[in-house]
Amino acid sequence: MRTPKGVILWVTAACAAVLLTLAVGAALQFLAADAEQRPQLIALAVQGAPAVFFGVAILMAAFGAGASWLYRRYPHAERQLAEQARSLLAADAGFRVAAAGAPPLAELAAAINQLADAYHRIEHDLEARSAETRARVEEERDRFAALMSELSQGVVVCNAAGRILLYNPRAAALLAPPQAGGHGDYTPLGLGRSVLALLDRNQVAHALDLLTHQLGTVDRPQASFVATAANGALLRVQVAAFVGADRRLAGLVFTLEDVGQLMGRESQRLRLLQSLATGVRGPVANLRAAAENLAAFPDMPADRRAQFVDIAVAEARTLTERLNTALLAYADALKGSLTLEDMRAADLLAVAQRRIGDTLQLPVAIEDVDAELWLRVDSYAIAHAMTFLAARLAGDYDLHGFRLRAGSGGGFGEVDLIWTGAIVGSDALSFWEGEPMRVGAEETPLTLRDVLERHGGEAWLQVDKIRQIQRFRLLLPKGQAAAPVPLRAAVESRPEYYDFDLFERIEVAGLLAERKLTELSYTVFDTETTGLEPSAGDEIISIGAVRIVNGRLLKQEVFEQLVNPRRPISKESTAIHGIDNRQVANEPTIEQVLPRFYRFCEDTVLVAHNAAFDMRFLELKEAATGVRFGQPVLDTLLLSAVVHPSLDNHHLDMIAERVGVRVIGRHTALGDALLTGEVFLRLIPLLAERGIVTLGQALEASRATYHARLQY
Amino acid sequence: MGQTRKVLIVDDEPNIVTALEFLLRRSGYEVRIATNGAEALAQVDSERPDLVLLDIMMPGKSGYEVCQRLRERPELAATKIVMLSAKGSEAEVNKGLSLGADLYITKPFSTQELVATIDRLFASGDGPAA
Repeated sequence: MRTPKGVILWVTAACAAVLLTLAVGAALQFLAADAEQRPQLIALAVQGAPAVFFGVAILMAAFGAGASWLYRRYPHAERQLAEQARSLLAADAGFRVAAAGAPPLAELAAAINQLADAYHRIEHDLEARSAETRARVEEERDRFAALMSELSQGVVVCNAAGRILLYNPRAAALLAPPQAGGHGDYTPLGLGRSVLALLDRNQVAHALDLLTHQLGTVDRPQASFVATAANGALLRVQVAAFVGADRRLAGLVFTLEDVGQLMGRESQRLRLLQSLATGVRGPVANLRAAAENLAAFPDMPADRRAQFVDIAVAEARTLTERLNTALLAYADALKGSLTLEDMRAADLLAVAQRRIGDTLQLPVAIEDVDAELWLRVDSYAIAHAMTFLAARLAGDYDLHGFRLRAGSGGGFGEVDLIWTGAIVGSDALSFWEGEPMRVGAEETPLTLRDVLERHGGEAWLQVDKIRQIQRFRLLLPKGQAAAPVPLRAAVESRPEYYDFDLFERIEVAGLLAERKLTELSYTVFDTETTGLEPSAGDEIISIGAVRIVNGRLLKQEVFEQLVNPRRPISKESTAIHGIDNRQVANEPTIEQVLPRFYRFCEDTVLVAHNAAFDMRFLELKEAATGVRFGQPVLDTLLLSAVVHPSLDNHHLDMIAERVGVRVIGRHTALGDALLTGEVFLRLIPLLAERGIVTLGQALEASRATYHARLQY
Repeated sequence: MGQTRKVLIVDDEPNIVTALEFLLRRSGYEVRIATNGAEALAQVDSERPDLVLLDIMMPGKSGYEVCQRLRERPELAATKIVMLSAKGSEAEVNKGLSLGADLYITKPFSTQELVATIDRLFASGDGPAA
């Protein structure tokens, strides 16, 4: 540690003062002395001057050293300690203060270090605990999300303002886009979007009115309605409100169910009845007239008689035909009741296996199951019926276990309860069929016959005497495989079907330009085109887009559409994007696609790389499509130039490398949109470092950079 | 084929029994009649018919049950069973054939066609029963 300049100055000044005092003293002595003594004094002074200077120098050095020692030991050491103590909070956890100087200072340092130890211990504990809590919350959310994905009903949850916080894959499937393009009213399901746009606005609004009305008076406000989705599906929608601690509306839960099939079957039954009623009346009337004439007039002439007999025979034949035709045409309507659900046979067997095993404490094995087989069943009733049969068998015969099998037999599924050994009489089943099914404490008034009738099914006992194997065979209606859950496997990370942070987010009012980049919703998009000159007739052949909501790239909420450009695609451009004429031949035209894309990006800020190029194509279609993309547009190329003004290369790949985004799936519109989205998210904090936080600032900085770049 | 075939009609509906009996006799069959399941089983034992025309929906034992009982007895393996039913869903046909019926015919049917079918069944069968 060097002695500070102040101390050196101070010591120098003190020495100068001593010298000055000596000089003034000598001068006074000289003035006071006699004239003859003065030469003597001068000689003395000249003689003694070196000694005086030398003495003063020694004095100066000694004094300076002393002052420096004192400074270092006292005020400086204290200040140093204070500084170290201050940096304790910011420094590494291992950093401790060290005291130089007097013993009391060392004690103070030790006390400070003890406090630091205690502080770091608490801090460490807190961190560990909060990490644990975070992990638990994450796990719960994941579990919840997994649960949601498995539900057979569609679920959509929104906050009080109607912004969607959560939806499950089933909801996404039910509200999937219409098959052919060009449906103007379709708005895709997405996080942060308004729930009002999902279905008929008026119906949703009416349900919300009902709920709001119930709020103060009912515990669980609920409303329901049947609506048609844009894709034509007929949905039964149930809306339940949940209320916050302040008794005000906190959010809404929508459950969606496809009732088209149910309604379809119901109306089929009606049509069957109608066709029977009208189709049978005529022939029966004719038959009756002929038969009554024959009975009433036994003496009628032979040719007349023959005529009536012919009529009776012909009408009886017609009647038979009509009956058979009607029953054949509506065979499906007669199968099963309305409350049945489509279920994988393997799942039904697993449920039955567990129930029989748990109830009877006997081993139950699954012998064989057709993995492709779906049944239309009331799974509870069937599992209960199988358990009932197994219990009756085990009660009356000495059985050591059961095997289960499910396979396909013609238009039906066969579900077998199999056992070896005891031969059961053929009348056992017809006896048990009519009993209320009691298993342990669980009893239903239903009989096996009731359950089978409800399914349009049958059951019987089948015996293989040679192998001593017997089985109860249940014949149950086949079902339809449920629609596959979209996109699950294709996405690497956890599906992003929910975002509860949106829950708390207060709707930010005010100008878009003043809103923070981190809180806006974006649509990041890219197009592939037939060439580079839209004014020369080049056309869009593909649009890909992905949404960013609440700072997250929603890989589940994407737009991807090939477009028929109605002009040939050049070989050179096919070489870049791999799309050829054949691929787009049956795709919708830009006039059909743009309105859909417009709905996809409504209420968001657009983001694209080299956005001017893509926007030019969109603008040229405004007149033809009537769709104007008026929202603000951010360009990752320009934003990159804002962040790295000294660099020249702002190709998407280069920026991605610079900001640390892995490049995959380039040169498809969706692949590039995803990459641009990731790059954009990385650019936001880099912009913030430069004081660019709001949309307005980002737009302004982009404009400035654009002009700066033009000047080169 | 000089021997007269014996057919047992099992049905609780007298109208159809009358028509079938008339037609089968005219076609040269010997005809016996039972109006419920228990009666049917007793007549099979005493009369040993070559063919049983079996209605499914009967009071007491159903046609399915009678069919299953008959098929449990190996000595009756050659006895033909034709099921008649007013119900005719795929599941029921499936059940009937699984339980050992040779044919399953849904009402209403043409009586003449039924007799023709029975004739064919005997023609394709492997010789007369005991």
